[in-house]
Amino acid sequence: MHKVLLVIQREYLARVKKKSFLIATLLTPLIFPAIMAVFVWIAVEEKENQSLRVIEVVDETGLFFMESSEQYAFSSSEKSLEEAKVLVNTGERYGVLYLPKMELSAPQGIQFYGMENPSTSLIGYLEGALKRKIEDQRLYAKGIDPNVLKEIRTDVKVQSLTLGEAGEEKITDATVNYAIGFLSGILIYLFIFIYGNQIMQGVIEEKSTRIVEILVSSLKPFQLMMGKIVGIGAVGLTQFLIWVLLVSTLSTVVMGVLGMQMPQQQAMEMANPELMATSPDSGQLGEILQVIHGIDFVTLVAAFVFYFLGGYLLYGALFAAVGAAVDAPSDAQQFMFPITIPLLVGYMGLFVFVLQDPGSSTSFWLSIIPLTSPIAMMGRISYGVPFWELGLSMGLLVLGFFGTTWLAAKIYRIGILMHGTKPSYKVLWKWLRSSN
Amino acid sequence: MLEIHQLNKAYGSHKALTDLNLVVPEGGIFGLLGPNGAGKTTLIRIINQIIEQDSGEVVMDGQRLSGESIRKIGYLPEERGLYKKMGVWDQLIYFSRIKGLTASEAKHRVQLWLEKFDIASWKNKKIEDLSKGMAQKIQFIATVIHEPRLLILDEPFSGFDPVNAALLKDEILELKKTGTTILLSTHRMESVELLCDQVAMIHKSKKILDGSIREIKSRFRPLEIRASIDQLNQELPSHWQVESREEGRVELVLPVNGQSPNQLLQELMAFGQVTSFQERFPSMEEIFIQQVNASGHA
Repeated sequence: MHKVLLVIQREYLARVKKKSFLIATLLTPLIFPAIMAVFVWIAVEEKENQSLRVIEVVDETGLFFMESSEQYAFSSSEKSLEEAKVLVNTGERYGVLYLPKMELSAPQGIQFYGMENPSTSLIGYLEGALKRKIEDQRLYAKGIDPNVLKEIRTDVKVQSLTLGEAGEEKITDATVNYAIGFLSGILIYLFIFIYGNQIMQGVIEEKSTRIVEILVSSLKPFQLMMGKIVGIGAVGLTQFLIWVLLVSTLSTVVMGVLGMQMPQQQAMEMANPELMATSPDSGQLGEILQVIHGIDFVTLVAAFVFYFLGGYLLYGALFAAVGAAVDAPSDAQQFMFPITIPLLVGYMGLFVFVLQDPGSSTSFWLSIIPLTSPIAMMGRISYGVPFWELGLSMGLLVLGFFGTTWLAAKIYRIGILMHGTKPSYKVLWKWLRSSN
Repeated sequence: MLEIHQLNKAYGSHKALTDLNLVVPEGGIFGLLGPNGAGKTTLIRIINQIIEQDSGEVVMDGQRLSGESIRKIGYLPEERGLYKKMGVWDQLIYFSRIKGLTASEAKHRVQLWLEKFDIASWKNKKIEDLSKGMAQKIQFIATVIHEPRLLILDEPFSGFDPVNAALLKDEILELKKTGTTILLSTHRMESVELLCDQVAMIHKSKKILDGSIREIKSRFRPLEIRASIDQLNQELPSHWQVESREEGRVELVLPVNGQSPNQLLQELMAFGQVTSFQERFPSMEEIFIQQVNASGHA
């Protein structure tokens, strides 16, 4: 045990002392906001610089009046389609919307002409506007006054609440839950990949520089492997904690600078949850805060740490085994398959199934099976998962960790002493079956 | 010091060691000789508990090998290396700690060795910034830092330039003086003839010969006698091989063929004035080949 600690210490210090660690740790929290800022800036610039696009409407029915928007202006001047097309060619108009004579019950033949391919948002905008116009026309034909119609139209918002076993009610919002599941799932996926790769590189380094034979004459291969996995995991955790601290300090500072009084408002509303529960329509922000308030953060954070570490340890052993089996990183590709596939399944599953419908049976299985559960379960956790499911998933993850470590140790022990042979899956299978 | 009983190890269908018995006495240098692939490295890995034997046992100081033995053994593998990005000091401390030294012991000894080799100024240098010869010194210190009672060197001279090889040899001889038992494995048999007190020869997983060098040499009769004669007075018999002949002075090689040196000398004296007469003992390599042929025919 004492020797494992020495290995952990070495692996940890060797990485944390590096300049690249310091740079990555300090810069990463700045890079993401910076990238986002650039995107926002580009989007704003684009919107500001965009000239108003004028669209000529050739309306043969004489029924439509298109309302201009911020981006598009509509001009109708009784031109023929051919004349209008010339205006587009000379650049005076962005495009032509052609509305032929049609039956309003079955509108057909509407066309848009332009010099460039129109964006889907323009087409969508046109379709939406025309649809409403045609419907209005038809309602009018049936004798309903447009003003009455305007009065009748209402916005509806459904507030969702979940019932606890004790009968308590919680306001939920899929958007908040989605964001939590999305973020934590991606974080775990990235963590496993980035630090798993470091394990593999580390093992290959020890193997290719032939340090490993000296090492295993002093400690057991299993101690060496576990020390490396835990040590690198500790590096990742350190980096992650620093990021959390940096990001939260940064955002507090930024908010303070921007004069936003979020914290006070938040604190006030958090202090009075009853008040908020009685006034569910206290605005969007209030509702989001209320939803956040409704999430069991102790369970969420505990589960995140558990799956974060559990997933890393489960895959870490496999990365170590791959590193031990090959002589150079370039040879590792062929053995990465069994690692990459379940990780990708978990990752894709998170988006395709879990976040869409956390209660479906596919989501259930994805969050139970150890290879995908670290990513998939995080997509479900904020919606509330039955205790037995969480217990089963966590228990299986621990078992899965023992399983992959046991498998990996067998490959590792033999692999680290093998040089110059490019093992195949068949050879690995032989190593797995050999008793010592 | 070290006793090996009926050791067997196979990799799949390939036998690496077959019923190997070996006794390495306390003190002195023990040479483990044999061509590549004979099973030397397998044996060394078993002694270092890197791999496990299929059957048989290794006894050190009267006890079967255990975790405790690691402390007593120093091992310099044929393929060796250090962490390139790690500093000299940190590296040596790490290697001594995993051998079982306490933190303060480790610091003390690393300091001593750095001073001994006059390289204390390298403390904070990374291995990648050192020359190959410098790195080899660090490697050697890492091997002996915990003052092992048994030092195992696998092809120790390979990769060393002549200057550093001589340094290493001196260091080995000094350790021998302090009572360290040294097990030295090599396929270049001529290089260790002068260094080893005892040897064992391994061929195709089996031990084919062992004993002290003197004993082995005396066990193997000289193969031939080199002689030279002046004032040659008659033609030499054809089974004597003439090496050179100038102005009546002939140098020749006489096969022994079961005759005693005196008989041969007497025979030779009849041909002229014998100016030199010397037995030539077979080299370890020749003994090895002779032994392989003998076991092959048996």
